[in-house]
Amino acid sequence: MPTTLDTWHPGKPVSRHPDVPYEEKQRLFLEVKNDPRYEDFLYGCYECGICVSACPSARFYDFSPRVIAQAMAREDVERVYDIIAEDIWNCAQCFSCLRCPRGNNPGGLVTLLREVAVRNGLRETRDVLQGYSRVIYKVMLKGNQVSPDMLQPDFFPDWGPWVAQFSANMAVWRKAIPVDTLRGVTDAAWKTDRKTLLELYTIWFETGNMDIIKEVDEGLYDLLMDVMQEELEEG
Amino acid sequence: MTTAVQDILERKSQAVAPDPKRAPTHDIRETLYELEAKGEIILQRVPEPFVEVITKYGRTKRIPIEHTWHHKSCGQCGHIPGYTSSVYWLHRQFNLDFLDPTDQTSCTGWNYYASATSNAVAQAAVMVRNFAAAYETGYFPLIHCGTSYGHYKEIREQLVHHKSLRDEVRRVLDKLGKPLVLPEEIVHYSEWVHVMRHRIAERQRVDLSMLTATVHPACHYYKIVAEDAIYDPDIYGGQRTATVTATLEALGIHVADYSTWFDCCGFGFRHILVQRDFTRSFAVLRKIETMKQEVDPDLTVTHDTGCVTTLDKSQFAAKAHERKVGIPVLSDAQVAALAMGAHPFRVIQFHWHSTDWRPLLEKIGVDWRRYWEEFQEDLEAIRAGKKAGITWQEADQPVL
Repeated sequence: MPTTLDTWHPGKPVSRHPDVPYEEKQRLFLEVKNDPRYEDFLYGCYECGICVSACPSARFYDFSPRVIAQAMAREDVERVYDIIAEDIWNCAQCFSCLRCPRGNNPGGLVTLLREVAVRNGLRETRDVLQGYSRVIYKVMLKGNQVSPDMLQPDFFPDWGPWVAQFSANMAVWRKAIPVDTLRGVTDAAWKTDRKTLLELYTIWFETGNMDIIKEVDEGLYDLLMDVMQEELEEG
Repeated sequence: MTTAVQDILERKSQAVAPDPKRAPTHDIRETLYELEAKGEIILQRVPEPFVEVITKYGRTKRIPIEHTWHHKSCGQCGHIPGYTSSVYWLHRQFNLDFLDPTDQTSCTGWNYYASATSNAVAQAAVMVRNFAAAYETGYFPLIHCGTSYGHYKEIREQLVHHKSLRDEVRRVLDKLGKPLVLPEEIVHYSEWVHVMRHRIAERQRVDLSMLTATVHPACHYYKIVAEDAIYDPDIYGGQRTATVTATLEALGIHVADYSTWFDCCGFGFRHILVQRDFTRSFAVLRKIETMKQEVDPDLTVTHDTGCVTTLDKSQFAAKAHERKVGIPVLSDAQVAALAMGAHPFRVIQFHWHSTDWRPLLEKIGVDWRRYWEEFQEDLEAIRAGKKAGITWQEADQPVL
């Protein structure tokens, strides 16, 4: 079909997510813009593309830190919603884009967009984070992102036979480390005081971090609440 | 070649010795002293002895030598424990006073960069809780992880610039009975290795002069709050961070340049755990293969958790696809420990590394089979219940 005056809407962005009301997209945009860090991360854009040339995700995905800075600066509500729904989880968060001669921080903008997506429990975000829940469980309960017992061949088959060898010898290999705080520890990266973990749980509760978890994974939230509340009551 | 490109190349060929008076950023320490004077924060001073180094814009930074509180890295301790044990082994070799705390959580920054399932107040509270724990002991924080280091510097900026964030963090800390403490400098362990490099070289037992290495500078070390990283006009003309490269050169290793040095490793935080197709592709195509094709190094050396993990573990799958890989990956601390003769398995823990490290040890004349057999005897004794584990008494002695 050729474009006619009836079907041509110059300057009017086409909504890629028409199921979401424009007002909702505006609300999310303002949540990002009203974050106190926003004005530290965006000063405008020269369109120079230095951020894109430095960006690892731009090489392997349809992803552009320049577009993100541009869309935010133009206050293009529709485009920003597209970015939230489709792009933000491709960022590698390496902050190579801090080379920006204008002083922008596109990686920081992505962090703000991600926070808003998580806080509002967006469907696309819940989907992306589904396979990641066990890591959140570990970091919130143990205060460590990773632990030796996470090195299982099922999860890291592409790391080679080394993983299976490690998994079979984990207990004894961990004892063969001279560092006192590591020796023998398999379910965390190091030995952490119980008091320290209780302080960490208090931080999660006091800062609203548990509400964030509830938005993305209610099952995980229930699991964490059970353990943490019991520990805090005992502690 | 256009005139503009020639001009840039000419400018880049000159060593840079920046004037701190012309720094494009404000020196955050001045604001920290002001906040301390107002009673808003407690500022923990860098303990003596320290060494002063030059950072990106020509300012000086104090790096403590001892009385340090080791803020461990979860990725290092969990998956590359020889990284941590090498840092401690070096401290023990020089009889330096340090603390390996159990009152420490990770920065939780890896999770934040991976999933954003946190917020600014929580991240700042986690950081300051750790700093307060260090302050209570009288020891000064030394940050092992590059991401913790970068993340903490960014949080420090936010705390300094946003009173509302300080107030909210103070409210949380009051619940824990802890004060709002910030250290005068945020110091990465590789900066400690950097200032110790000549002392390490004085005690070098293993000749490494036949080695060619590439260096991968860690993004979160020198890209986030860039002005805090160490620069030196004698290393890359002061146009890239000197950390790691200066250490290797002090140990007699030839550091070879390669075109994608600025690229990240491909870690991606989320990607390394649940979307490794990106990580593997980037690590292999942009880093390892480029190094291999351009300089064919004996090893590549970096100074962060994620970089060692990514560059090392990504090579196995690529090898199956007959890509040009096969470069052992170590941290600067492990290389320094190797130079000083640390046990390859009790201390450096080579067996946690995936890419074949045996050719590297053979090239420097280390009979790794002998030490592996010794280590196997350790493991047998542990299995048989004859000993609980390896202790420093068994690991301290240089063996190479």
